[in-house]
Amino acid sequence: MLAGLLFIIMGLITIVCALCVVFQKNPIYSAIFLIQTMVSLAVLYVLLHAQFIAAIQVMVYAGAIMVLFVFVIMLLNLNKTDVEGDYDKLLFQKPSAIILGFILVVMIGVVTLNTVFQGTQGEYTPESISQIGNTQLVGKMLFTKYVFPFEIASILLFAAVLGAIILAKKQIIKDKEV
Amino acid sequence: MILLTWYLILSGVLFTIGAVGVLIRRNAIVIFMCIELMLNAVNLAFVTFARQLNSMDGQIFVFFIMTVAAAEAAVGLAIIIAIYRNKATVNVDNINLMKW
Repeated sequence: MLAGLLFIIMGLITIVCALCVVFQKNPIYSAIFLIQTMVSLAVLYVLLHAQFIAAIQVMVYAGAIMVLFVFVIMLLNLNKTDVEGDYDKLLFQKPSAIILGFILVVMIGVVTLNTVFQGTQGEYTPESISQIGNTQLVGKMLFTKYVFPFEIASILLFAAVLGAIILAKKQIIKDKEV
Repeated sequence: MILLTWYLILSGVLFTIGAVGVLIRRNAIVIFMCIELMLNAVNLAFVTFARQLNSMDGQIFVFFIMTVAAAEAAVGLAIIIAIYRNKATVNVDNINLMKW
């Protein structure tokens, strides 16, 4: 009962903040609302007995990734007039996008409500997870069943860091040669 | 488990908001934020199914999606900075160098 009430409140906050992300004119407000969206999603993860994911959501998403976004917004120093001009190059894009989005959400709702989701039940019920501990289980699976994707993820992050540095650095050496 | 259906619908609504945002906004940074929104919606669906099937695999997948999202955000924002340095705009209508 309490979980249902909390779900309704948090779901409403999430949807309203997500709408604000899309419809705010100033990108910094969009970033702030996106942080709120992610934090309320973390609450939903706790309701679904995924405590570790909730903590990671707050630290990685609301912390690290959004700091990156806010830094870039500050670095570029955009004011809204020179980004979203009054003119529209693609005249029918906005109304058709909204209509298509409405159709998409109706279709997702109909399909979800009419489908009985079945699958082989796993061994980790909320009771057994709380006995072992959510984080311990995630760690155990990361280093046994999913150890290969885990190593691939480290290579991916390394490549991303290198790529970000190379793309964003100033071309000082080239300027000196000229 | 009627409540889990509503989690899935919430996930679908969030995904749709993100998709519509990508289509109607012209600011490249906001488009990136909408992509993050869609990734979050997918994460919510994964966690919901993990809860419903009493399995941990969905939560592990969310972990990997977050890794990919972090990498994507870093590289994408670096690309936006590089574009801004060259063209002094982040309006995606004006970034049409590769348009045929």
